Amino acid sequence: MNNQELIDKLKKIVKPYIQNQEAYENLTEETKFIEDLKINSANLVDVILDVEDEFDIEIGDDEMEQMLDVKSSIEIITKKIA
Amino acid sequence: MKSRNEMKKRVVVTGLGVVAPNGVGLLDFKDAIKAGKSGIEYYEELKGLNFSCCIGGTPSVSNDMKLQYLTDLQLRNFSSSGIMYGCMAGIDSWRDAGLTFSTEEPQWDSGCIFGTGVSSVQKMADASNLIDQGKIRRLGSNTASQTMASGVSAYLNSIIGFGNQVTTNSSACTTGAESILMGFDRIVAGHTEKVLVGSCSDDGKYIWGAFDAMKVMSYKHNDNPTQGSRPMSGSASGFVPGSGAGAMVLETLESALARGAKIYAEVMGGHVNSGGQRGGGSMTAPNPLAIQKCIIEAIHSSGVSASDIDVINGHLTATIKDPEEVKNWAIALGRSGDNFPYIHSLKSMVGHCIGAAGSIESVGAVLGLYEDFIFPSINCEDLHPDIEHVIHRSRIPRTVIEHTNTKVVAKASFGFGDVNCCVIYKKYENE
Repeated sequence: MNNQELIDKLKKIVKPYIQNQEAYENLTEETKFIEDLKINSANLVDVILDVEDEFDIEIGDDEMEQMLDVKSSIEIITKKIA
Repeated sequence: MKSRNEMKKRVVVTGLGVVAPNGVGLLDFKDAIKAGKSGIEYYEELKGLNFSCCIGGTPSVSNDMKLQYLTDLQLRNFSSSGIMYGCMAGIDSWRDAGLTFSTEEPQWDSGCIFGTGVSSVQKMADASNLIDQGKIRRLGSNTASQTMASGVSAYLNSIIGFGNQVTTNSSACTTGAESILMGFDRIVAGHTEKVLVGSCSDDGKYIWGAFDAMKVMSYKHNDNPTQGSRPMSGSASGFVPGSGAGAMVLETLESALARGAKIYAEVMGGHVNSGGQRGGGSMTAPNPLAIQKCIIEAIHSSGVSASDIDVINGHLTATIKDPEEVKNWAIALGRSGDNFPYIHSLKSMVGHCIGAAGSIESVGAVLGLYEDFIFPSINCEDLHPDIEHVIHRSRIPRTVIEHTNTKVVAKASFGFGDVNCCVIYKKYENE
């Protein structure tokens, strides 16, 4: 799976939680979940659970804390599915 | 000199909402209760789980309907039927009152007192399973918001945007009536202008199971569910469980008049008390003296007299306690025989909606007052002989009675823990 495919999958996962449609449509690796997409911070744990289900991986507490933007999330997912 | 009653703030009902087993939304509900339509059905699932009582009442709510009240996101991993019903009834009543949702600034003079007996038993069961499997992380973010007792008022707040007190009361089957009186008291005390009041209850096996185990539910009508809920009947054999929600917007008369709101009725007052689980009262049975005192105090605080009561919207669950309830009303009002007010039980059509009972039934009481009809009490053709000793059978409407010029309705609810509440409503007349 290449980077763009991963980003597309992640984009689908975060869709139900976003509250800024414009930032969502222009999503890049630099996009931040809370600041840009306006995802309620309480919902970040739900995003992580959905990522786990989608990629059949388990994400630890330390990794979870880093997954605040697209780039770091993709890095962690890539490492896990390698 | 003005009497105390004239000097205190007057409180009126300006919005109604209801999600009941026999009708969802005000219009369907009104048609159903006028027609004496039962919302009780047979559930194969309960049979399979060895329930004695396999009948119950559940409002018919589709996914499309849910999406008109909660967002996709709110409905993700959402399994709280009570909160769903409460949000539907609450939002309907707010809209019915002609009120809007806050944008940026909350509505400082509007609050919410929305009760429940227990919140989200299904969600709690799901969470318990995950925890026991060591999968605590899988609970996700919204287990707390659904299982906290105040879940329903918190969800309503997220949609409407209140700025005054937002809370949840809980007093078993008295909950709904109590929420109305608490909202009334808060407005009379001058703390707020409007309060959304009401209550809700989950449906299904997890909430109904506890009552099935106590053998207080009817097991004799699994083959004819619509005849199962039989308040005041000689063949009543226990209550039939229901679910749903009822809601009202209470508001100062001043505010209602200023904005030209529709006024359904005036809340004259009421009383809430307890029998202390003494003098015949227990965890599950009411102290009769406390019930009588509750009714007498409610009338006294409302500035009406016992002879003014036209209709009693009773608690009347279809257990062995119905004759005693009728006797208590007769003693408290000093009225019996054919001098007794009309008396009916909405539970005959929707079952006992537990935490939601008081609010759904109160919506029925206020609708009847506003539209001038007295809904029928069905399934009591074989009136209990102990009731007929106290009141004339003509006092129990078996079909709808219209154009009676009903002015005053007394609504009472009694609950486990030996708690009581009685609220007096009066037709609003521009005086």
